[in-house]
Amino acid sequence: MLGLLIRRLALGIVTILLVSVIIFAGVEILPGDACTAFLEREAQGKLLENCRSDLGLNRSATERYFDWASAAIQGDFGVSAGSKKSIATLVGDRLKNTLLLAVCAMAAGIPLALMLGIVSGLWRDKPADLVISTLTIFAMTIPEFVTATLLILVFSVWLGWVPGIVLTSANAPVSEFFPEILLPMTVLALVMIAHILRTVRSSVIETLSSDYAQMATLKGVPYWRMVFRHVLPNALLPTINVIALTIAWLLGGVVVIETVFNYPGLGRMMIDSISDRDLPVTQAIALIISSVYVCVNLLADLLSLVANPRLRTAQLQ
Amino acid sequence: MKTVLRDLLSRPSGAIGLFLVVFHLVLALVSPLIAPHDYRELSALSALQPPGADHWFGNDHLGRDTFSRTLLGGREALLVTGIATPLAVIWGGFLGIFFGLVGGRLDDVLMRVVDAFLSLPWILKMLVLIVTFGTGAGVLIPALAFFYGIPVIRVARAATHDVVARDFVEAARARGHSSMSIIWRELFPNVRDALLVEGAMRWSWMLLAFSSLSFLGFGVSPPTPDWGLMIADARGYMSFAPWGVLAPVIALSSLIIGINLTADALAKALGIDRVQKAPI
Amino acid sequence: MQSDLLEVTSRTDDSSAAVEPLLQIEDLSIGFDAKSGDTLAVLRNVNLSVHAGDAIGLVGESGSGKSTLALALMGYLKRGLRVLNGATWFDENNLFALTRQQLEPIRGGRIALIPQNSGQSLTPSQRIGVQLEEALQLHTALKPGQYQDRIVELLAQVRLPDPGKLVARYPHELSGGQQQRVAIAMALAGDPEVLLLDEPTTGLDVTTQAHILTLLREISQQSDMAMVYVSHDLGAIAQVCNQVAVMYAGEIMLQGDVKQVLREPLHPYARGLLASIPRLRSEALPQALDGRPPAPGEVSNECSFADRCVLADTACRSQRPELMSLPSGERVRCHYHHRADAIPVTVESIQGARKEVASLTPVVSLDNLGITYHRSGLLKQLLGLEDQNTPTVQAITLALQSGETLGLVGESGSGKSTILKSVAGLLPPFEGQMLWRDNERLPETIKQRSSKQLRKIQIIFQNPDESLNPRQTIGEILAQPLKLYFGLSGQELERRSIELLERVRLGSHYISRYPAQLSGGEKQRVAIARAFAAEPDLVLCDEVTSALDVSVQAAVLHLLDDLKRESKTTYIFVSHDLAVVRSLSDRVAVLYQGRLCEFGPAAAVYATPSHPYTEVLLDAVLEPDPDSKPLLMTDDVVELSPPAAGCPFQRRCPQSLGQQCNRETPPWHELDGGHFIRCHLDISKNRRGMSKLPTVELP
Repeated sequence: MLGLLIRRLALGIVTILLVSVIIFAGVEILPGDACTAFLEREAQGKLLENCRSDLGLNRSATERYFDWASAAIQGDFGVSAGSKKSIATLVGDRLKNTLLLAVCAMAAGIPLALMLGIVSGLWRDKPADLVISTLTIFAMTIPEFVTATLLILVFSVWLGWVPGIVLTSANAPVSEFFPEILLPMTVLALVMIAHILRTVRSSVIETLSSDYAQMATLKGVPYWRMVFRHVLPNALLPTINVIALTIAWLLGGVVVIETVFNYPGLGRMMIDSISDRDLPVTQAIALIISSVYVCVNLLADLLSLVANPRLRTAQLQ
Repeated sequence: MKTVLRDLLSRPSGAIGLFLVVFHLVLALVSPLIAPHDYRELSALSALQPPGADHWFGNDHLGRDTFSRTLLGGREALLVTGIATPLAVIWGGFLGIFFGLVGGRLDDVLMRVVDAFLSLPWILKMLVLIVTFGTGAGVLIPALAFFYGIPVIRVARAATHDVVARDFVEAARARGHSSMSIIWRELFPNVRDALLVEGAMRWSWMLLAFSSLSFLGFGVSPPTPDWGLMIADARGYMSFAPWGVLAPVIALSSLIIGINLTADALAKALGIDRVQKAPI
Repeated sequence: MQSDLLEVTSRTDDSSAAVEPLLQIEDLSIGFDAKSGDTLAVLRNVNLSVHAGDAIGLVGESGSGKSTLALALMGYLKRGLRVLNGATWFDENNLFALTRQQLEPIRGGRIALIPQNSGQSLTPSQRIGVQLEEALQLHTALKPGQYQDRIVELLAQVRLPDPGKLVARYPHELSGGQQQRVAIAMALAGDPEVLLLDEPTTGLDVTTQAHILTLLREISQQSDMAMVYVSHDLGAIAQVCNQVAVMYAGEIMLQGDVKQVLREPLHPYARGLLASIPRLRSEALPQALDGRPPAPGEVSNECSFADRCVLADTACRSQRPELMSLPSGERVRCHYHHRADAIPVTVESIQGARKEVASLTPVVSLDNLGITYHRSGLLKQLLGLEDQNTPTVQAITLALQSGETLGLVGESGSGKSTILKSVAGLLPPFEGQMLWRDNERLPETIKQRSSKQLRKIQIIFQNPDESLNPRQTIGEILAQPLKLYFGLSGQELERRSIELLERVRLGSHYISRYPAQLSGGEKQRVAIARAFAAEPDLVLCDEVTSALDVSVQAAVLHLLDDLKRESKTTYIFVSHDLAVVRSLSDRVAVLYQGRLCEFGPAAAVYATPSHPYTEVLLDAVLEPDPDSKPLLMTDDVVELSPPAAGCPFQRRCPQSLGQQCNRETPPWHELDGGHFIRCHLDISKNRRGMSKLPTVELP
C-alpha cells in the first residue's frame, strides 16, 4: 500500500517537473525573450541590456531553468518584467480570489450535480430525466461567455437582482465579493454540474443493470435500500476522478469567466500578463495552475484507492 | 455506413443535431450570396436600431446590419475548425494507436508528456502562440490542430488498449504481420468509431475555443464578422439593444449544440455509449 | 396460442399428483419488442410445476431460454422483456401481478436464487458479513444479536474455512469457488421453500465444481426444499436432480425422470444432445448435431427442432407438436416420440474407436521450457534485486511426432495456454529451447522466425468472437494469411478462399459476411479455415471448443479430426475438458501449476491414471449419468502460484509423503510404453502388477 502511494506521488511529481520544462522551453523556443517581448519596439541598446540583467537572462538556458525551478519550489517566482514587483505577492491575492470563486462554485455545484445525476439515472427516460438531460446538454455545450452574457442580460440588466460586473478590488476581504460573485459562480457551477451529472447518470444506470443490483432485487432487498446500499456506493466511486477533472478544468475555464465579469482573479491576471507580454508572470501562473491540476487529480486517485477496496487490490497485484 | 446514418436519423437527438450541423454548413457556403447587406457597410444614423423590415435583426453600434453579419459570422470559425479537426484526429489518433500497440516504457513517457500538456489551460497555450505569431488562420489552424490532438492521443490509446488485448491482434502478430499492417488492418477499423465520436467532440471544443478567443479580442480581427466578436461588441449595449447579442448567441449555440447532439447520437448508433445495452 | 394446461393438471406423476405444487408456471410466454416492431418470443407456452422435495434440472443450450425461465420463477424479467401470456403461480398469487413490495418477502425468503456468476453478483463495496446479515435481517425473525452466530453457522454449512475471518472480507478477495459458496449461504439464509440455481458451477474448475455439486446434493437430500437447477451441463444436472426438463428454442421439449431422460430420452433433440457429449470412457468422437437452433421469432407453427431432426417430415414442418403426457410420466413435445429410440444416444454405437497412426518424425520438440509472466520492475532492476516469483511454467520437455494430436490438460492456471503462446512465438520463454523438425532451432520471438516457420505453426483461439476481427468480412479474414504467405490476389485469392470455406463446410456465400452475422460454431469454423489457409504443419488449438455449445462442439471436433487426416497436420490440443481431450488426442500431458505431472498415450493415461493429480482430476469429472458420482479426493483450494521447491501438487496431494514431496523435485518414472509420471510415490503400491520403476530421462 505504501509503495503504491509513493509511486503515485512520484508520478505526480514527474508530471509537474515535465510541465515546468514545457513552460520554460516554450518561452525559450518562441522568438525573442521576456525582455524583447515586453519592451517590443524599444527592445534595443541599453534598455534591453538593463532589462536582461534585471531578469538574469544573460546566463545559459539550463542554468536559468534550474534557478527558476528551484526558486519556484520555495514559492519565489522572480519579478514581473513590467512592474518589477515580486510575482509571488502579485499572484497571492489573485489566487485567493480565484480559489474563492472555485470553492463557491464547487460547494454549490457538486452536491447538486450528484443529486440531479442520481435522480436522472434512477428515473432513466422518464420526464424528469429528459428535462435534466436536455438542460445538461445546453449547459455543457454553450460557451461560458455566452451563458455569462445571457445571465447578465436576464438577472442583471432586465431583472436587476444581482450586479453584472465585479468592481471590488483584488485585495479586498472575502466578504466584499458578495453578492457580486453570484453570477460568475453560477456560470462556473453550471458547466461543472453538467459534466459531473452526465457521468453520475451513466454510472448509476450501469450499476443498476449490474448483476449485483439484480441479485439484490432477487434477494428481496427493498428498492430504496438497494439504491442506497448496493447501487450508489458503487456508482459514485468512479465519479471521484471525474469531479477532480472538472475541478481542474474549472481552474482553466475560469479565465474567460473572470474576464467577462471583470473578476480580479488569477485568470484575468494571466490574460493581462499575456497581453502585456510579461512572460515571467505568465510562466508563474501557468506553473501554479498546472500544479493544482496535477495535485487535484492525484488526490482523486488516492481517494478512490482508499474508498475502493477492489481497486486497491487490483493495483497492488 | 448507411445503417449508421439511418440509426442516427431515427434518434431525435441525431436528427435535430444533424439538421443543425448541415444547416450551418450550407449557410456558411451560400451566405455571401444571400446576405442582404454588405457586412462592412457603416451607417451612423442607423446605429443600434431595433429589428425592422430592412434590417431584420437590427443594427450594431456602428450601424452595420446584424442579420447579414450573423449569416456570415460562422464562416471563419467553420473554416478554421473544419480543417484543424481532421488534422488533430489524424495525428493524435495515429500516435495514440501506435503507442497503444507498442506499449512499454516509451508509452509511459509519452503519457506523462500528454498529461503535462493537458494540465496547462488551453487558453494559455493558445494565447501565448497568438500573441507571438498573430491571429491568422495560418497560426490558428496548426495551433488548434496541435493542442486538440493531444487529448485525442489519450482516447485513441485507450481504445487501442481495449483492442490490442483481443485475440485477433494476437493472431495477426503470430502470423507475422508487420506493426504497420496490424495498425492499419486490425486496430484502425476497430478504433475508428471512437475516433469519429471523439472528432465530433473535439470539433465542438475547437469552435468553443475559437469563439472564446474572438470574444476576448484575440481571434478574428474586425471588420470580419464573427459571432464571438459580435457578442463582445454588442455586450456593452445589451441594456438597450439586446437583439445585437441574441442573434449571434443563438447562431453560435445552435451550431455547437447541433454538433454535440450529433456526437451523442453517433456514439449510441455506433454502440460506443456504454449505457446503451441490448435487452438480452 | 396453444395451451398445455390440461396435461399439467391431469398429470399422473404418482409422487406428486396428490400434492399441490409449490410453484407453478402456467402457459408462460415471454418476449421482447424487436427494433423491427415485431414481438419475438424467447419463451413459448412453458408449463412447469415444482413440488416440495423436487429437484428439477432445466437443461438447454445457449439461447434456449432456460435462464429467462429460472428468473420467471421468481416473477423477474430482465430489462426489455415482457410477459406475453401466462403466469407464475406461487401461494395462489401470480408473481408477475404482484408489486415489487409484495415480492420482497418472497424473493430471497421463500424462493431464493443462486446466481450464475457469484463474482459479479455479490455487491463489491460490501463485506461478506454485511451481505449475509442483510439476508437474515430481511427474511428471518432473528434478533440482531443472533446474526453473527447464524452467519458463522451458514458459512460452516457451505464448508467455508475460517468463517469468523471471512465475514470481514470483500467479495473480490475470495476465489471463484468461495464466492459461489457465499452465494449458496446467502440463498440458504432465508430458509427458502424453493431454491433456484442458475448455472451455479459454470466457469469453475472441475474439482471445485465437483465439491459444490456434492454440497448442493447434500443440501437437497437433507431438506424437502424444492430445487430448480438450470444448466447447459447434463453432467452437473445428473448429480443433483431427480427430474429433468430439456429446453430448446424457448420451449420445454421433454420432461421426465432423470434416469429416463439421461438414458433413453423420447425426444430426438435430447437424444442428439446426449450423443454429442464426449465421454471420458470413450475414445470415439461424439456425434455432431448439425444445424443451429432457430432465433427468437424464426419458428411459429412448426416444430422448432424440425430443421435438425432426422425424423422430421411435412407434419413436423406444418404443425407445432403439443407437449404430451405419456403413461410413463414423461412429457414430450414431438409427433414421433414413439420412433425416437431409433436414434442412437451413445457414441460407441455410431462409430468404432479411432485408429491413428502417427509417423515417427518429430515436428517440434520443447526442451526444458520455462516461461514467466513476471517482469521485474524498474526499481528492482536498478537495485539489482532478484525476482522472487517462481516461474509460471517450468521444465516442459515434450516431443511431438508428425501427425499426432497431443492433448494438454489441466485446471485454470495450469499454464497450458501459456505453453501454446510460447510455441507460437507470442511469449518468449526465459529458459530452454524449441526445436523444429530435424534439430533446426525455432527462435523464441516472431521477429526472429522465418516466414516459413511462421507459416508452418498456426494457432486457433478459444473464443472466435475475440479472434475474428469484427470489422473484417470473412473474405478479408481469410485473405490475410493467403496474401501474407502466398502472395495471392484477385481471382486466385477468391478461389482459394472459397475452397477453404468449403473445406470447413461453409458455403461460398459466407465470403462477404461479417463475423457478427455468423453463429458461434460458424465463426470457429472460419477461425479454423484461417489457420489452415497457411497450410501449417502444426496447429495449436487453445480451448477451441470451450466457448461453444455441446452439440456444436461435436461438429467442430469432427471437422478438426477430418482436416488433420486430410492434411497430415499435427495438433497440440489444449482443454480443461478431459472428455474432449480424450476424444481427439493420441497422447496426453497433464499439467499442474505449469509443471508436467503425467505424460503418455491417451488410452493408458485415462485407463490407468497414475499421478495423484491425474486421479483427482479424472475422478472429479462429471458424466451425464445419474449413477456416476464424482469422487472428492482433495480439497478445492485454488493455488495462485506454484510452490518454490518440490512437487507442484504437494499442498493438495492426498498421498503426500511430506518432506520429500515438499523439498525434492520428483523424478520421471516410465510405467510402460511411453507412459511417464513425475512422482515420488512408489507406483507399485498404487497400481496392481507393477514393480518399482527405475528413474528415467524423458525422451
